[in-house]
Amino acid sequence: MLYNEPSPLEVKVVTKRFGLPNSASLDTYLATDGFKAFFKAAGMTPEQIIEEVKVSALRGRGGAGFPTGLKWSFVPRTSPKPKYVIVNADESEPGTCKDRLLMENDPHQLIEGILIAGRAVDAHKGYIYIRGEYRYLIEHMDRAIAEAYARGYLGKNIQGTGFDFDVYTHSGAGAYECGEETALLDSIEGKRGIPRMKPPFPAVVGAWQSPTLLNNVETLCAIPAIIRDGGAAFAALGTPKNGGTRMICLSGHVNKPGVYELPVGFNLLRMIYEVGGGLPNGKKLKAVVPGGSSCPLLKADECDIAMDFDTLAKAKSMLGSGGTVILNEDTCMVKFALRIMKFYAHESCGWCIPCREGTAWLKKMLDRFHSGLGQKSDIPLIGELSKNMLGRTFCPLGDAAAMPTIAIVEKFPEDFEAHLNGNPCPYAHANEPAYA
Amino acid sequence: MSDLINLTIDGKPVQAAPGTLVINAARQAGIEIPSFCYYDGFTLQAACRMCLVEVEKTPKLQVGCTLPVAEGMVVRTDTPQVHEARKGMVEFLLTNHPLDCPVCDKGGECELQDMTFRYGMGESRFLEQKLHVDEQQWSPVVFYDRPRCILCYRCVRVCDEGMGVKALGVNNRGAVSVIVPNHFDHLQCDECGMCIDICPVGALTSGAYRYKTRPWEMKHVGTICTHCADGCKTTLGVRNNQIIRGNNRDHSGINGEFLCMKGRYAFDFVHSPERLQSPLLRRNGVLEPVSWAEALAAVAGKFKQIQARGGKFAVIGSNHTTNEEDFYLQSFAREVLGTNNIDHRRTGDVATLLHALSGQTDALATTADLYERKAILVIASDLAQQHPFLSYQIRANYRHHGAHIYTLTPGPVREQNYAVRSIITVPGRELADLEALREPLKGEPELVILFGDSIKGEAVGKLVQFGSSLAIPVRYVCLVDYSNSRGASDMGLAPNHGPGYQPVSEPGLAYDEILAAADLDALWVVGANPLKHGTLASAGAFVLVNDMFLTETAQRADVVFPAASAYEKNGTVTNVCGEVQHLKGGLQVMGAKPDLEIIGLIAREMGANVGIWSSDKVFEEIHSGVRGYNIPLPVIATGGAAQTTPVHVRVPVSARPELIQSARDTLFTSGSLGRYSKALNSVLEAPGELYSEKRP
Repeated sequence: MLYNEPSPLEVKVVTKRFGLPNSASLDTYLATDGFKAFFKAAGMTPEQIIEEVKVSALRGRGGAGFPTGLKWSFVPRTSPKPKYVIVNADESEPGTCKDRLLMENDPHQLIEGILIAGRAVDAHKGYIYIRGEYRYLIEHMDRAIAEAYARGYLGKNIQGTGFDFDVYTHSGAGAYECGEETALLDSIEGKRGIPRMKPPFPAVVGAWQSPTLLNNVETLCAIPAIIRDGGAAFAALGTPKNGGTRMICLSGHVNKPGVYELPVGFNLLRMIYEVGGGLPNGKKLKAVVPGGSSCPLLKADECDIAMDFDTLAKAKSMLGSGGTVILNEDTCMVKFALRIMKFYAHESCGWCIPCREGTAWLKKMLDRFHSGLGQKSDIPLIGELSKNMLGRTFCPLGDAAAMPTIAIVEKFPEDFEAHLNGNPCPYAHANEPAYA
Repeated sequence: MSDLINLTIDGKPVQAAPGTLVINAARQAGIEIPSFCYYDGFTLQAACRMCLVEVEKTPKLQVGCTLPVAEGMVVRTDTPQVHEARKGMVEFLLTNHPLDCPVCDKGGECELQDMTFRYGMGESRFLEQKLHVDEQQWSPVVFYDRPRCILCYRCVRVCDEGMGVKALGVNNRGAVSVIVPNHFDHLQCDECGMCIDICPVGALTSGAYRYKTRPWEMKHVGTICTHCADGCKTTLGVRNNQIIRGNNRDHSGINGEFLCMKGRYAFDFVHSPERLQSPLLRRNGVLEPVSWAEALAAVAGKFKQIQARGGKFAVIGSNHTTNEEDFYLQSFAREVLGTNNIDHRRTGDVATLLHALSGQTDALATTADLYERKAILVIASDLAQQHPFLSYQIRANYRHHGAHIYTLTPGPVREQNYAVRSIITVPGRELADLEALREPLKGEPELVILFGDSIKGEAVGKLVQFGSSLAIPVRYVCLVDYSNSRGASDMGLAPNHGPGYQPVSEPGLAYDEILAAADLDALWVVGANPLKHGTLASAGAFVLVNDMFLTETAQRADVVFPAASAYEKNGTVTNVCGEVQHLKGGLQVMGAKPDLEIIGLIAREMGANVGIWSSDKVFEEIHSGVRGYNIPLPVIATGGAAQTTPVHVRVPVSARPELIQSARDTLFTSGSLGRYSKALNSVLEAPGELYSEKRP
């Protein structure tokens, strides 16, 4: 089902079947170009497939934005070990809610993407690692997989192409950390979900010590369109080096929250006002979280910006996983920082010291600060502690906690000052929090 | 060497072998890169982030403990950025660490204290409430104080990788992560205490040591553990004539930091209230405490009386006494008492092995060989139970060098977990079943064979023939039970050979024959307990016993001398691999004397002369006179281990190999000694069993 009205500004590539009757069924899928790309890929060499993906300028949709074709080319196809395709469906970044829609509305598109990836890296087994909280989706995905097996789109000698492939779902158990690719691998192997040391990278030594291709759901969902219509057509939708479209999850203080598929490089202000219908009750924009809670916030005056990986990186933020959170003028940035830190302190796996202790400390301190017991020296300390985490943790979770916090302290010092001297939160009267 | 990699650390040019980690390359150059989670020999964690260093051309700080050196690499450990990072890490660590250093066992030798002192901030910016979790007792010897834990995972790794037990794990996540024992609220494990030893802070504390003292109040005495035959160095912490702890934190000795339950905790028999502290003399059928003078006079008088009428003497020696005492005892027996009726409880057929290897060089393995040689074959022994250190060495060899392990045992053993081939056999069938391993063993470049007590007599010769037929270099270890079982044999506590396996013209009575003889006039038992299972046929014999406790044998004695334990005397012992090491007395227990002195005093009382009873003097005699013991003295004197050389002569092998019997001690038993150790008796696992499916 769909949760929001589509916007006329959308460019539908991966969401083109959304809203069709029975969009999750194989029949609907087959009736709308389904598996055409797979048959085309069956006639291509792995090199040709990877080249096509490179041409598409598709970049990982999980958050890091690594060029997908390049990642595929790292998998040693000639390794005597079995190779695996693993789908990262552990969508847990606060503000991000796109992968669930893709699996819910168009599961066969994901299956086809997995098959093509498997063909490209000579894998014959795929796992979809689904966030534990998406319980209903595991059953939904299992039904789609069963349907694909029943109709010969999975299993031995798929549709007479001679290609064998099996797909399994695997449930996460409620750990944000398991969205980190190596922690996901540990988890899928039945271990405690903590990140692994890199190198070696999963492409070479991944699941069960074997070469493993790990991609986000949205990334793999874009593959059928790229193979079917050509990489160049996909690339042309976005900006240079930032091919295609992006699912943007618009939430917070916005009139029409929802998931919209927009070309990469779409202007943020247009996104807020034209796609999202502006802020409710005529409130002013205060800040935007561009791509999920780990991205440094943009102040209102920084929002006239193209939403692609490189432009946002230049603005010292990130496109991340597409979770765009709009905050209005009544938002307490101290409370917002606290809310984010609560999440990271809760989700820190505890493996390394700076993340484990830093997030817990910052959470306690922000909690105290917001309650009016802050000291002036706490303000720089919040930034310093975050910087002590930044770049020094084992995996990016520590960075994810540090980056927005640093940005909030730097960009909104007046919000912190206002809480000093036992003053109550100046925004306490405001309702409609963008967070809970 | 040309294949070394050149790099610069803090401006110093450094050369290191390929694959060396930056943290170790720096150490070689005398530059410390601090770390908690990095620990030599165990898997890398990169968890504590203390070892962050600057590497030229890399924007972020790099982790020194996982980064291998590279040609031309420029590393800086002394920059503001690095200092800042270290300061930050220590600060983070101290957020939830309770600063209860004044009452913490680790205070004074705590790595977190040292790091805070060297790299920390000096003041706390943390105003929040610290996490608190109540302390837990996991076993009689292991306590866990979560708030002190810095989660470096050393304990988890030493238990899993080092010990092969896997009794520790991690629960929860984030700041509330916690180390957990394998049985929910308690441990079932080897109780080795390695986790406590390796803990950089006071999170894991020892049941024996906790809240007893401060480390600087103890005298630290490096000596050799007196329990099994592996000969581990244990450093006793002694305060006010009391041993408070045993560990080997300085990594000295053949065992590095390894110690098992016995080495770490089972010293407590020394302070058992049942220790004898005065000579006992039987009067009117009752053993009464008497003075040394009175007891010595009684013994000397009796011995001389029996001597005068040409009576029959017999002597049973110990597996725990020093080489000097054994040598002195047999000299006394042979020269003063004029008898070859001398034996000890033999636990492995060392004599036959030495005989079979006569003429071969490099055929006796050292404990270091178990870590270095490419293939190891274990026959008829549950090493993890009977020889925990040898088992540890083999595990480390497998882990670090990928050694091929073969086992041929009467039941499941821990070594099976990483063996390339394991065969379960029945005692007596070992050699027949060994044939199945012939082909794979032939393919090995070299081999060490360890064999237990079921390979004895002819079987030893056949095993050596089998080894020779493989046409590869083979080294052997004849497994024996106790701290100086090997020395007892070498020093000639045997009816058919003297020190250095010199044959005697008229062999005397063997162990069982001594007990069975009906016409003994006097039996002297030094540090043994033959009447625990056997009976003495000579009802009228005068029985003299040197022992620490009133054992079954001592209860039958006419005179009992209170003996000092191994921790109270100097001397040398020879371990299972023939490595000679020095014992250093750490304390004195009032009233007890070393056996060497007791023997000397009896000799003096009798007017006989068997030499000065100083262990150094006797060792000089052993060194110059006993075959195999011409070993480098400085090595021994400086606390090292020197392996005895093969004897290369016709060794008089025992005609009665059936006498050779292991006591089958487990990790938690230690013959009569173990009965008096509270620690050994307190653990849930005691007494344990060999070849058990249940144990890891």
